[in-house]
Formats: sequence, structure tokens, C-alpha cells
Amino acid sequence: MNWINRLGAFTIFYIERMGRMGLFLVKAFLCAITPPFKSSWVLKQIWFIGSQSTLVIFLTGAFSGMVLGLQGFYTLNRFGSVALLGPMVALSLIKELGPVLSALMVTGRAGSAITAEIGIMRTTEQIDAIELMGLNPFRYLIVPKLIAGIIALPLLTAIFNVVGIFGGYLIGGKLLGVGEGTYFGEMTAYVKIQDVLEGIYKSLSFGILITWVCCYKGYYAGYGAEGVSKATTQAVVLSSVLILFWDYIMTSLLF
Amino acid sequence: MIQLDKVYKSFNGVPVLRGISFQVQKGEILALIGGSGQGKSVILKHIVGLMKPDQGHVFIEGKDICHLKGKPLEEIRSRIGFLFQSNALFTSFTVYENVAFPLREKTPLPEEEIRKRVMDQLEQVGLSGAENKYPAELSGGMMKRTAFARALIQNPEIMLFDEPTTGLDPIIARTILDLIHSLHSRLGFTAIIVSHELSRIFQIAHRVAMIHEGTLQTIGTPEEILKSKDPVVRQFIRGASEGPMTFY
Repeated sequence: MNWINRLGAFTIFYIERMGRMGLFLVKAFLCAITPPFKSSWVLKQIWFIGSQSTLVIFLTGAFSGMVLGLQGFYTLNRFGSVALLGPMVALSLIKELGPVLSALMVTGRAGSAITAEIGIMRTTEQIDAIELMGLNPFRYLIVPKLIAGIIALPLLTAIFNVVGIFGGYLIGGKLLGVGEGTYFGEMTAYVKIQDVLEGIYKSLSFGILITWVCCYKGYYAGYGAEGVSKATTQAVVLSSVLILFWDYIMTSLLF
Repeated sequence: MIQLDKVYKSFNGVPVLRGISFQVQKGEILALIGGSGQGKSVILKHIVGLMKPDQGHVFIEGKDICHLKGKPLEEIRSRIGFLFQSNALFTSFTVYENVAFPLREKTPLPEEEIRKRVMDQLEQVGLSGAENKYPAELSGGMMKRTAFARALIQNPEIMLFDEPTTGLDPIIARTILDLIHSLHSRLGFTAIIVSHELSRIFQIAHRVAMIHEGTLQTIGTPEEILKSKDPVVRQFIRGASEGPMTFY
């Protein structure tokens, strides 16, 4: 009977946690759509999550595109289909790698910082101080990050995709000899607006997912340095796993 | 003005408050004393509704804060100033921005009026000229003064001080308590001070309450507490290691 009790307690514990996490997101969205709106706080977060992630997104996009160009060229060469290198690189990036890798990079760079920042504010009683001023901490700490994530992720993904496509051309075109007209011409023939939209939907949902998980983990971080470091690790791991899980769900729904 | 009625609170099954009851009158200064980990800070957090009791009630001017939510809770909280043990200053804001924050967010005052009020407040706590510094550039005493200025900026009727002198050298600690005393004389707020600075706190408090093992050991005027025959109270006031109280 002991193991049944433990299983029950374990199940109840995790259902409660999931419920609390769900309510956290609902509360954030309710605060986001009701005044007062804190636009300057949102702009600051767009700068932090978006602008400051540009370099890492640029580098990741460039190397991902270059690897796709290289791998794609030799694979397609076996079937005599090198002309399809452009569409292969573009579709891989736009539909899959762009949104997923951008989200993973933003989780590592900005998501961990979000959790640490909110966690430290929790442990140093700054969140309590906001509450005691009769203010809602969600409006200042959670909503600006959520909105910034929704705005920044699609833009960062777009940068990732463009840089990646040119990275693929650098290797496939300039180094291995696929013609510019072939590379870009075939791309425009095969890549449809639906593919681009699929990538945008994914990056929008990843923007919500990252800021939701990272804010939640910081908001309920344990006390002290250990509590904050544990919350940060959990936020990065959970966000990364959920990005891949949600990517699968969205791909199966959108196809 | 403030009334605790048989408040019980446990954390993970460990009882911290066991039926605490007391009242604080308008304009009164009550000092809460007792060993570390006895629940003094927990009492303050119950008074502002940051914690809810497992049993019992906390009344602020007759309203049970334990059952308030949303606007009514915000309204009561905006009448209370809280000086945190850790100061709880926003580290990315300057001293000026920290003190101005409640006014900017809670009132429709124009920036010139906010500036005037913030500068007046900083002068009152002896921080003129430090308005552009960040918390990381301040000494412990200056951080405490900044937090004090921020807590006072909305002219609260109640001020709660959670160990305002912890981590400060004896001279600055005394200065902070003197500042609390002088501002109380000028502004007339009701105050609860959690402090271990017994010599000075006995001079400025109207009454002193001692919390021991989650219960109210004694409450009375400083003179009554000093004359108490209770061995727990006597041991704590003398700071003796021998006696009924055990220290960990």
C-alpha cells in the first residue's frame, strides 16, 4: 500500500504544480490585456531578449546554414539533385531549424537570465516590496517579458533563417559551385507562404513558452543562492524539453 | 488599530506561531523582541497579508486582512509602510527612482511634484545628494535610509520595521533608531519594530512584546518588562547563555 500512497502523492503534487503553472500563464495574459500597460518596461525587455540575442542568433544561423549547405550538397549529389539544395536548406531552416534553434539559443541566453533576475528579486524580497506598495508584480515583471518574447522570437527566427540561407549559399554556391540562379530560383519555386507561416506560428508559441516557464521558475524560486541556481537550471532544462515536445505537436498539427 | 487574534502558523508541519494575540493602538510604538527564529518577522508578514494564518485573524482597523483580496487589500497595504530586513531595494534603480517608484505608479502626480516630495523625503532621512547613486554604491546605513524613505513616501499610517538595525555598526544602528523615533514624533504613525537593539528600543517603544517559542511570552511597558520576574524574559534581556531559553 505504501507505494500506492507514494504514487498518489506524487501524482497529486505534479497535477497541483501543472495547475499552478497554468494559472500563472492565465494571470499573465489577463494582466497583459488590461490597463495600465507598461510600454517602457516592454521595450526594455524587447531590447534585452531581442536585440541582445542578435549576435548569438546570427552566428548560430550562419553555421547551421553552412552545415546544411555542406551536408545537403553531398547527399543530394548522390541522387543527382544538387539543384534542389536551395529549397532543402530553406525549408529545413524555415519550418524546423530556425524556430527551434532560435528558441533554444534564446532560452540559454535570455531565459536563464530572466529566471535568475526574478529569482533574486524573490529571494531579496523585492517582489514582496512591490506587492506591499499595492501594486501587481505581474505587470512589472512577467507581462513585459511575455510580450517581449512574443515579439522578439519571430524576429530573431527571421534573422536566423535569412542568415542561414545565405550561409548555405556561401558553402553550396560559392564553395561547391551551385549556381546563384539555381539556388535561389528553386527556393522561390518550392518554398510556399504556408511554410513561412508554419515557422512563424512555431516561433510565436516558443516565445510564450520560454518566457512563461522561465518567469514561473523565477517567481517561485526557493530561497538563497541554491534556490535561484536550482530554479535557473530547471527553467533551462524544462524550456528546452518543452520546445522540442511542442515542436513535434505543432508539426503534426500543421502538416 | 492592529489586532492579532489567536494566530497560528506552521511551515511544513513545524509550528512557528501558536496562538499569538495582541493589539497595537493608533500612534503607538510596539517593540517585538525575542530570539532568532521565534516568528517575529512572520508576525509582520501576517499583518500586511503576505502570509495567511492557518488559524486566527489579523485585523487592521477592524478589517480582517486575511480575507481581503484585490483592491481592498491594495487599499489597506498602501496605508502601511514596511521596512524589510534586506531593504528590498530595486537594484537596477537609483535611490531617487526607488523612492519615486510608489508615487509614479500609484498616483497621478506630475513629475515635478514627485521630485519635490522625493527630495524632501531624502532630506528627512539624511540622504540629500545621494539621489543618483545605485544601491550597490551605498553603505548599509544609506541603504536602510533609502528603504525607509521609500516606505514613508506615501505617508503611511502604519510602519512595520523588520530588524532595521541588523548588519549595521552600533553607531549607525543607533542613528537609524533615532531617526525612526524622530520621524514618529513628527509624523505620528503607528509602528511595530522588530529589533535586538534592546537598550535603545526600550527608550523609544511605548510597549514591548516578547515572542518565545511561537507564543506571546509577555507584553507591557518597557519598565514592566525590565522589572519582569519571568526567567525567560530576564535571561533574554540580560543576554545570558544560562537559563530556560536554549540557543542553537
